[in-house]
Amino acid sequence: MNDAAQELLRDWTARQAPATGREWLDARLGQIGAMTPGDPAAERALAIAFGQVPRQLGRGPLALTADDIAAAEAVRPGWRPQSWSLEGAARILLLLRCPSATPDTFHARFQRLRRAADPAEQVALFQGLPLYPHAHALVDEVGEGLRTNIRPVFEAIAHHSPYPREHMDEHRWNHMVLKALFVDSTLAPIQGLDARANPDLARILRDYARERRAAGRRISVELWRCLGPFAAEIGAVDDLALAARSDDPEERAAAGAWMEREHF
Amino acid sequence: MQYIDPHAHMISRTTDDYQAMAAAGVVAVIEPAFWLGQPRTHVASYADYLSAILGFERFRASQFGVHHYCTIGLNSKEANDEALAEAVMEILPLFAQKDGVVAIGEIGYDEQTALEDRYFRLQLDLARELSLPVMIHTPHRDKKQGTLRSMAVCLEHGLSPAQVVVDHNNEETVRDVLDQGFWAAFSIYPSTKMGDARMVEILKRYGADRIIVNSACDWGISDPLAVPKTARLALEQGVPAEQVSLACYANALTAFAPSGQISETDWAGPAVIDQRTSFAGNSILRGGREAVVTGLDSAF
Repeated sequence: MNDAAQELLRDWTARQAPATGREWLDARLGQIGAMTPGDPAAERALAIAFGQVPRQLGRGPLALTADDIAAAEAVRPGWRPQSWSLEGAARILLLLRCPSATPDTFHARFQRLRRAADPAEQVALFQGLPLYPHAHALVDEVGEGLRTNIRPVFEAIAHHSPYPREHMDEHRWNHMVLKALFVDSTLAPIQGLDARANPDLARILRDYARERRAAGRRISVELWRCLGPFAAEIGAVDDLALAARSDDPEERAAAGAWMEREHF
Repeated sequence: MQYIDPHAHMISRTTDDYQAMAAAGVVAVIEPAFWLGQPRTHVASYADYLSAILGFERFRASQFGVHHYCTIGLNSKEANDEALAEAVMEILPLFAQKDGVVAIGEIGYDEQTALEDRYFRLQLDLARELSLPVMIHTPHRDKKQGTLRSMAVCLEHGLSPAQVVVDHNNEETVRDVLDQGFWAAFSIYPSTKMGDARMVEILKRYGADRIIVNSACDWGISDPLAVPKTARLALEQGVPAEQVSLACYANALTAFAPSGQISETDWAGPAVIDQRTSFAGNSILRGGREAVVTGLDSAF
């Protein structure tokens, strides 16, 4: 998976970059591919190259065809690079190219880069999660990323990625979903939302909905999707019924659908 | 008129300041790396500071329509802690090439010690290696001597005067700085540096070629609106508008543009502010306050 993903990323970034940028990238990939893990000079070269990417390659959305997107899915189910940037893709490629024999080596390198990263670099680091070797070693780093104040960083983890459903325990998962609502992000791009629904999350969302209602604030219509299956179990049928009588037609539709389906 | 405040420690300022600056026409600020009013004792807190000024602070500024850039460097005060200084020199290259870094700075002398001299020179070499402009902090005490020495050391290390902004000038230093071809910046900072009336006199006397006005606003008694206020006073007192625009906008752009990280196109077109997108989760958006969204042509 790693080699095939690198090949795709190399193709996509090289064809979009100017000739000088392409040469620069290939030279860095060669240099970084030959580094000895833990060598401070090599780690420094990686960190500098990581920062220099936009100066050398330019910046902007990664231009992808339908074939590219299908190729990504074939290499790594759930990998959705549609929201990636050119510079982000190149940064992920640099990181994938580093030899990393053990989970500890990879974790240490990721942490060093993440701690010095600007927001765009943080987005790239977290978007690459589905592709990394030893990905499970990064769960605490991901937890740190979810605490961000910067919405694109949060979404780089939560959206269009198989990583959360595959690696997060229930507590982290539940708080990610809650925070997505809390910061006015969306739930639909979270992979595995229905498969990982659970009563504790439904209870958290019930309380959150009540808090919003008490404050006279709008409740996201997406909330009911995670609450509906457990409404009876957690004592939230009245909450659903209330929403199904809402003045807001979207809220009425979202909650009403669950009332119908569960025969409340 | 549009303004740039090319020396503002925004990490110490409030969101009210950003709003007032944007309303007064400040389109861009440059945040030089400096000390925090007290010395850091560990390199880790220095690293976090550098990542804050090129990360979250830049983000925060964008929420108010202000474009934020920074300079990266080891300041002269903390250069005197040798263990810290050595460790900071190790990490500077990791930050100096990040997006929005327009110079190495603010560096130079405080008490003109041997350690200050050592790290000043090492950073001038770094600026030359990375082809970055330099922002010089001239000392508060023994200023004239410190300014002359700063320029001489820059030349000794092969920097061109056009690559170097010499900051915190006053009536006693400006002539030498301009004569040697360096940029001469002035911090309109009540009580310790320049006042706006004195600044207007300097503009009248020397014109605006290679003169740059900034606020140096920070955690002390200082004014984030010093640039637009000085501009207004200068206009009232008959300084031609094109000269005011050079000193309060265009010269800073010309001086720092060689970094490749700041350009007028950054703020060309209608201002885009989208507090929904970028600042979500921060307390300013809690409490039922509606997010400000202006100038967006498509939904995020």
